[in-house]
Amino acid sequence: MSCEHANNHKDGGFGVSTKLNVLEHVMVPDHQIMSEDEVKQLYSLYSISSEQLPKIYHDDPSVKTIGAKVGDVIRIIRTSHTAGRAESYRLVIKRPKK
Amino acid sequence: MASPKRIGKIEFGLLSPKEIRTMSVRKIIWADTYDDDGFPYPQGLMDLHLGVIDPGLRCKTCDQKASECPGHFGHIELAKPVIHVGYTRLIRKLLRVTCRSCSRLLLSPEEIVKVVGTEDDLTGDVLSEKDIKKERVCPHCGEQQLKINFEKPTTFSEIIVEEGKKVEHKLTPADIRARMEKIPDEDLRHLGINPTVARPEWTVLTVLPVPPVTMRPSIILENGQRSEDDLTHKLVDIIRINQRFKENQDAGAPQLIIEDLWELLQYHVTTYLDNEVAGCPPARHRSGRPLKTLSQRLKGKDGRFRGSLSGKRVNFSARTVISPDPNLSVVEVGIPLAIANEMTIPVHVTPYNIENLRQMVRNGPERKTLTEPCGANYIIRPDKRRIRLAEGNLETVAEMLEPGWTVERQIRDGDIVLFNRQPSLHRMSIMAHRVKVMDGRTFRLNPAVCPPYNADFDGDEMNLHIPQTEEARAEAAILVAVEENILSPRFGGPIIGGIHDHISGIFMLTNQLKWHTKEEALYLLRHMEIEHLPLPGKIEDGTPMWSNKQVFSTVLPKELNMVFRASSCQNCETCKRETCERDAYVRVIDGILECGTIDKKAIGAFDGQIVHRIIRQYGMKRAAEFIDDITHLSIRSIMLSGFSFGIDDEDLSKTEYGQIDEVLTSAIQDVQRRIKIYEDGQLEPMPGRTPEETLEMQIMQVLGKARDRTGEIAGRHLGLGNSAVVMAVSGARGSMLNLTQMAGCVGQQSVRGERIMRGYDDRTLPHYKKGDRGSDAHGFIQHSYKSGLNPTEFFFHAIGGREGLVDTAVRTSQSGYLQRRMINALQDLKVAYDGTVRTTGGRIIQFRYGEDGTDPMKSSFGDPVDVKGIVESILKEEV
Repeated sequence: MSCEHANNHKDGGFGVSTKLNVLEHVMVPDHQIMSEDEVKQLYSLYSISSEQLPKIYHDDPSVKTIGAKVGDVIRIIRTSHTAGRAESYRLVIKRPKK
Repeated sequence: MASPKRIGKIEFGLLSPKEIRTMSVRKIIWADTYDDDGFPYPQGLMDLHLGVIDPGLRCKTCDQKASECPGHFGHIELAKPVIHVGYTRLIRKLLRVTCRSCSRLLLSPEEIVKVVGTEDDLTGDVLSEKDIKKERVCPHCGEQQLKINFEKPTTFSEIIVEEGKKVEHKLTPADIRARMEKIPDEDLRHLGINPTVARPEWTVLTVLPVPPVTMRPSIILENGQRSEDDLTHKLVDIIRINQRFKENQDAGAPQLIIEDLWELLQYHVTTYLDNEVAGCPPARHRSGRPLKTLSQRLKGKDGRFRGSLSGKRVNFSARTVISPDPNLSVVEVGIPLAIANEMTIPVHVTPYNIENLRQMVRNGPERKTLTEPCGANYIIRPDKRRIRLAEGNLETVAEMLEPGWTVERQIRDGDIVLFNRQPSLHRMSIMAHRVKVMDGRTFRLNPAVCPPYNADFDGDEMNLHIPQTEEARAEAAILVAVEENILSPRFGGPIIGGIHDHISGIFMLTNQLKWHTKEEALYLLRHMEIEHLPLPGKIEDGTPMWSNKQVFSTVLPKELNMVFRASSCQNCETCKRETCERDAYVRVIDGILECGTIDKKAIGAFDGQIVHRIIRQYGMKRAAEFIDDITHLSIRSIMLSGFSFGIDDEDLSKTEYGQIDEVLTSAIQDVQRRIKIYEDGQLEPMPGRTPEETLEMQIMQVLGKARDRTGEIAGRHLGLGNSAVVMAVSGARGSMLNLTQMAGCVGQQSVRGERIMRGYDDRTLPHYKKGDRGSDAHGFIQHSYKSGLNPTEFFFHAIGGREGLVDTAVRTSQSGYLQRRMINALQDLKVAYDGTVRTTGGRIIQFRYGEDGTDPMKSSFGDPVDVKGIVESILKEEV
């Protein structure tokens, strides 16, 4: 089972799969990969480098579903109790061992 | 003061024997400290090269006096190496991952690459014990590896299998050290060790640093005897054993004795470093007290970190019991004269204040009465020399005073001070008050500031701190002042407001329409700063009369408009508004209370609507004045008629007692009837419940309803003439439930939300038959507190009461620990100027504070804008 399962992961959710698409779950906010220009704008807006962004692991279910790679920046749009709509940005990093 | 410097880097490593010898100023060989004349032995533990603690002597290393010499390290050459207890984990790991013969990593280069990655593409991981299979063959020299056993605290051994039997072979520290020395630098890097600063063999000590005497001073007892520090005692032990070890070694003693001595030396070095190691009996003082050695100095609540660095004792602080004074302003704090005389503020002498300060110096350190002006306790000359002011030198010092000097004057009325009550759980636990010097021995505060401190007067003590610089005083006045902290950032409403008697008082003043004569009106308004009374509301038989609402309106700002419902509002289906028989519809037009009762909802701490509106419309300062006015007015009002409660206030009439009896009897019968149905097997269970559960729920419901009925009956008899009812209705204290329990029926006692079931087999007490499910057998108390509980009821009441006590005890400790951890995690975060929440390193935690960028303190109960309030205040109508 473990071997087949590993193969499923590689295709990033494409093809016919019975697996749940986490993005469709009500509790999962919208995840988008940001273009290079958008990322550059984001860095200049907050005058930060990629190091100062919050992080997200590459094997996070929603990261895998949208197919983001290590080094990408993801925009997460949540519904917020206070603001109605809140944007947040995360840098995809590799999950360290253990 | 030295200029601050930026830290370039911090290196974490081990002290090498070479470094220890280089930093050492003296080799220590004698276990003795002082000779008979009280002079330190050369090369002894108190050698003068290690620094000086006795005044008068000079350090032989740096030639400085006792107060200036920082102390210098010495060293002891150990006869044989011993293991450092702090590194046993590391030693175990290294022994298990390296070859016992060639000391190289037990992995082929390919296997290493798999974990660590290639030189250009490092995974960032380091090798761990788990990456190496147990008891394998060395890939480099082909040696069969053995299992390494580690026994706490410091014993390592190899397990050799001989003829099917396992034999333990002990590894001496010297063996271990030899293996470590051979581990190549490159292999260490794969293990996450930087060999330039931390060679692993340095974890096995061959030379021991001797700390300077300044960190282990000896004290001289009253009888003239010297008492040495715990560290010194331990070092004495080490040197003694070391010396004996050396002698035995040189004399060629048998192996057995050498091993014993080696183990003893290991024990002493181990306990010197850490006296609380598992599997090692702690070294004790002659009295039996365990010694406080190096690790114990750092660890725990009173250790160096939590006790001396994160928190320390401070000067310019005072602590005493608190007591209430409703005549003070909320921004004031009453300070006993004795404390005010002791505490000072430094004032620089300038040409402008020199005459004032001269007078203070002349006044001297003793202020005998409240009316006397403040004096001064010390003078500081420009060369930092302090002169204590005393009866004899006042006049001379006053004459000597000139600009550039500093006078430490006593605190006086109007000074700003910080006031604090532990536990300091939120920012309002420390607030800045204005001083009011008073008689007595306690700190006095207005009861309206109790909620933010969570203080009461059952013996609480509070702390006071005097800011010593202009900057500190400015910060206190601008940021920490009580006026600035009326609003709580926790929920965006006022946390300071009327409590208890303030609310009862203002309720009794404003409830329904009442008329006061001029005398009464002036009595009520005596403490208010009003210039004239409003025009009388009516003239009766030629005497002008003022309504209670008029009296109250004098303290309201002139342009205030608001509409809300008081605490006593019953949320009727259709609100009768102005004609409400409870007078719970509050309407303020242009600063005049048109109708309604002022109570907890209007001026109480936590939900004072009028206070909140005044803050939003006029600012904190005006709100503080309003709170002062309202507390003074309500106290006057409660004194106008008096307010008390006694046992006969719980009395009901014969009819009510009859009705209550009837209700309870029928309820108990109803319970019996339901039990009968259940026992006959006729009970229809509720969906998802067993018949037993259904029965229990029904019984709880029936008895709960019966108790409420008795409350209603009692409430009908007790009107607003009853003090407890006034307190319950106005929201000052207590509830109608408390009153029900006092006058009607205490009701069902419960444990974990269920009737009391514990006790003996099938029954709670031997007073009942086995299997009795009746109401009285499971904790229903049909008496009231007034009528008195019978013994079984009393017992059940104690059971129910105990659960509450246990719950609070558990909750406070758990939430306290949660809070501590949250504060530790969040303490360095701050909101940057661009609205982001960042760490000190500039890393972003939140892209907008709270996602909407709203300061919760400036919000209206969480909402950034109080739209309803603004509209209502303009339309002067409810929307």
